[in-house]
Amino acid sequence: MSERLAEQLALLPNYLSHHIALTLTALAIGIIICLPLAALVTRVKALQWPVMTIASILQTIPGIAMLALMVPLLGQIGALPALIALVLYSMLPMIRNTVTGILDIDSSLTEAARGSGMTSMQILRLVELPLAAPVIIAGIRTSAVWIVGTATLATPVGATSLGNYIFSGLQTQNYTAVIVGSASAAALAIILDQFIHLIEYAASQRKKTLAIGTSVGLLLLALLGMSPLYERYNSNTGAERIVIGAKTFTEQYVLSEMMSEILTDAGFEIEVRSGMGSTILFEALTNNEVDCYVDYSGTIWANYMQRKSVPKGDTVLVELTKWLMDQHQVLCLGALGFENTYALAIPREFAENNKIVSVSDLSSYSRNMKMGSDYEFFGRPEWVSLRDTYRLNFTDLVSMDHSLMYAAINEDAVNVIAAYSTDGSIAAFDLVTLTDPQQALPPYDATLLLSPRASSNQRLIEALNVIIGKITAEEMRSANKAVDLDNRSVSESAKQLRRAIFSQ
Amino acid sequence: MINLKNISKSYDDEATFAVDSIDLEIKSGELLALVGESGCGKTTTLKMINRLIEPSAGSIEIDGENILALDPVTLRRRIGYVFQEIGLFPHMTVAENISITPRLLGWSAERMHSRVTELLQMVELNPDGLRNRFPRELSGGQQQRIGVARALAVAPSVMLMDEPFGALDPLTRSGLQKELTRLHKLMSMTIILVTHDMSEALTLADRIAVMEKGKIVRLDTPANILQNPGHPYAQRLLETPVNQMNALTKLLQQSESADSQ
Ligand SMILES: Nc1ncnc2c1ncn2[C@@H]1O[C@H](COP(=O)(O)OP(=O)(O)OP(=O)(O)O)[C@@H](O)[C@H]1O
Ligand SMILES: [Mg+2]
Repeated sequence: MSERLAEQLALLPNYLSHHIALTLTALAIGIIICLPLAALVTRVKALQWPVMTIASILQTIPGIAMLALMVPLLGQIGALPALIALVLYSMLPMIRNTVTGILDIDSSLTEAARGSGMTSMQILRLVELPLAAPVIIAGIRTSAVWIVGTATLATPVGATSLGNYIFSGLQTQNYTAVIVGSASAAALAIILDQFIHLIEYAASQRKKTLAIGTSVGLLLLALLGMSPLYERYNSNTGAERIVIGAKTFTEQYVLSEMMSEILTDAGFEIEVRSGMGSTILFEALTNNEVDCYVDYSGTIWANYMQRKSVPKGDTVLVELTKWLMDQHQVLCLGALGFENTYALAIPREFAENNKIVSVSDLSSYSRNMKMGSDYEFFGRPEWVSLRDTYRLNFTDLVSMDHSLMYAAINEDAVNVIAAYSTDGSIAAFDLVTLTDPQQALPPYDATLLLSPRASSNQRLIEALNVIIGKITAEEMRSANKAVDLDNRSVSESAKQLRRAIFSQ
Repeated sequence: MINLKNISKSYDDEATFAVDSIDLEIKSGELLALVGESGCGKTTTLKMINRLIEPSAGSIEIDGENILALDPVTLRRRIGYVFQEIGLFPHMTVAENISITPRLLGWSAERMHSRVTELLQMVELNPDGLRNRFPRELSGGQQQRIGVARALAVAPSVMLMDEPFGALDPLTRSGLQKELTRLHKLMSMTIILVTHDMSEALTLADRIAVMEKGKIVRLDTPANILQNPGHPYAQRLLETPVNQMNALTKLLQQSESADSQ
């Protein structure tokens, strides 16, 4: 077995157990809500249209949007919003199948049931549910498969799942991880589907032993799958649990992994929640659901503080530290030393042929160029500032995943990209970054933020202080490059970075 | 005693009436046959008596009690009903089908078991061979007999039977007809029997009600109706069995004279 695969499989117990717990809980809640609701709908005709319509509408909301919407609605991240989103998302097949299953029963049978003296509940329990069971269970199977698949999207809202493989794998170009994650999710879906199918078969054939055996088997398998969770949450090692957050790009994976190793060595018990959206992560920090993560001064300035002006110079760090503490009791422990700013990058050949060094040199060419960036950049004030300052007028603006931008410029799909200055790919794809003489782009110093609760944890602060001001842009870039281009794993790269900063 | 007073049922907001102002008194222990051509309102009348259908107008009393004021569930548990479509529950065994009402009434398992045996014997089926079969594993006639057994399960004082013997061969049919007469006498049940078979009505019933287009056009004993049909439609209904009988007698005479030659 290759080392890469072994490394990924080592993560499986954790991811899979979370995934199983999330999926089965959502399915169970879904069944408990949907079956009675559907039964009610068959009794109260007036409810049929509204219930079916609402369930259908919920269904059309893209899974990832549904998950993301739950976070502001509930004001928290993690398993709960994921759970609620999954339940809502999976209701339609169960409700629809139960309603049609019951309404399709031959009316002479329900009449015979009434004529025998059954109450409405008895008809439901003794006649309608057993007769509609195959259709109802088909709906449950559909929902189960959906839930298993959609649960992989729970990663960005801070719930660990098999999606962690997929999200981090895509970001760090680790396709082994993507394949392990997808294959595990597919296998889980198939196994669950077949188990439910077998239970249904046993029930319809009245094979009691088989039905009970299968149910017990499913239960045992579920418990086995979730057992790492018990160990995780019940292992009373006495160590303090610290949750480290990370956004969705390589640098964040590497930094969170390095912090995790440092803190584990310092005797903390660590959970890393990676692949989280920027705003979700900051909210989680203010709610004490995440204890620490690395954010960038420009992001804090524009996104959280909502300042329209583009700050210049060193005042930023001072101002945002004060703002974070005053508004959110969040402690900014300090800058890590490097900056990861947006920087416009173009192919070296084009730059040299046309003598382009700064963004102002680019403006006259922009009329014939397409620009690519991550999902955020064109929505940020600094883009407006950059565009207006240098009178940029690109023919097209294309948002895409950050990890795909380099391939895009390499294939001439775009001609200029908003790179992150610490991207290892800049050099690897033979691009040059342009200077910003007018300082239209704000500084993006990497800063370490601590949640209100963690702010009073002296031991934690001490343990983390060792990395403040220690990481140079060169070191960060080479750590990113190791992952993005040299096929190193995140944990190898994190170890390398840790060695580099402590050998200074 | 069952007393229908001015009962009407319209399925279309009183544009037409499936049952049209029926007055009918059935004495306790009486077997009343309800005859009439397809669509004349027999099933509708029967279902109003156990409130599977609510009448549009009029009132129904059983033993002096207004049934429209009773809890329909309790009412139905006291009345046996044999459905025209039989309506056996496909997911239940023969035994479970028969003991459905006893189960609702909370009988013990042993009591239900012995009752099922008793009833299967009563409808001339083999209890050991059939009790654990599912309805789909039975012939049409067997299913119909299970339907009758199910209606008889709690020995109700009122039985409503909607063509209970339709799918039976003549021998089984006459066997069951005899059995029904015996039970009727024995348990002094009040029975309303819907049938298309005029000779069945003539031989089994204490009285016959002839329906046409939602109305009762003739109500009398079989003997009186035979003697004096009194209504053109009753006359026509009688023609079939009488013609058959005449044809048979003629055949018999011919074969006798052929024998004696
Ligand atoms: N649920 C219903 N909705 C509308 N019309 C109905 C309904 N049930 C019966 N009818 C109509 O009422 C009339 C009487 O029907 P009913 O079932 O009582 O007839 P029947 O005498 O039992 O006929 P058959 O001998 O064919 O069973 C028929 O014209 C029928 O079409
Ligand atoms: Mg009928």
